Amino acid sequence: MVKLVYFAWVRERIGKPEEEMELPDDVKTVRDLLVYLKTLGDEYEAALQYPEVIRVAVNQEHVEHHEAIKGAREIGIFPPMTGG
Amino acid sequence: MNPGPTIRVQAQDFDLQAEIDALAKGRRDIGAVVTFTGLCRDEQGSLTALELEHYPGMAEAEMRRIADLAIERFSLMGLAAIHRFGKIRPGENIVLVIAAAPHRQAAFDGASFMMDYLKTSAPFWKKEHLADGSSGDWVAAKDADDRAREKWRT
Repeated sequence: MVKLVYFAWVRERIGKPEEEMELPDDVKTVRDLLVYLKTLGDEYEAALQYPEVIRVAVNQEHVEHHEAIKGAREIGIFPPMTGG
Repeated sequence: MNPGPTIRVQAQDFDLQAEIDALAKGRRDIGAVVTFTGLCRDEQGSLTALELEHYPGMAEAEMRRIADLAIERFSLMGLAAIHRFGKIRPGENIVLVIAAAPHRQAAFDGASFMMDYLKTSAPFWKKEHLADGSSGDWVAAKDADDRAREKWRT
């Protein structure tokens, strides 16, 4: 089981701040994960319509889309950051 | 002597002078203190507040990672970064960065580096609340902020 946490408009479009799920074995990279999540329903499709803009953190550290998610306990999924 | 950065993510406001004192008071080796304060703008009256959301835990960790880089790169004697979350109204503070060094250039550069990286890497997001009572859009990331960060990659 991995915990997924969502922020900003990704959270609003998916409709929940976090959830736990079992990922299929063939979901190996961040890109695989985003493609998989889009199949889970319209709300995921709306949130991840343009996956290239989505930022992802594994265990609270930024990762690129080609990187593996093996060993992830928590995966954060969010838009580009706008703090400061 | 590098005491390690002061990093805080908090709902409440901060006191600029108190934070400078915490960093520099009683020190005899600091020659320059640069502070940057980011405030909420009303965008010509159209905006009544910004709602700041953050990723708890990661926001602090990422700010600390950037601060450690800044301390190392500019040999800073002290660095503080405080970022607020929740609803912030025009004129109120959002973020504070204080950099202390023996000389001014390192303090200016340290504060600027910290802000440029914080804006593009620390997990915070701003949502607009508009004067007509509606909840507006999420603020979009700016290419100019990415370019400001890239200039440090030399």
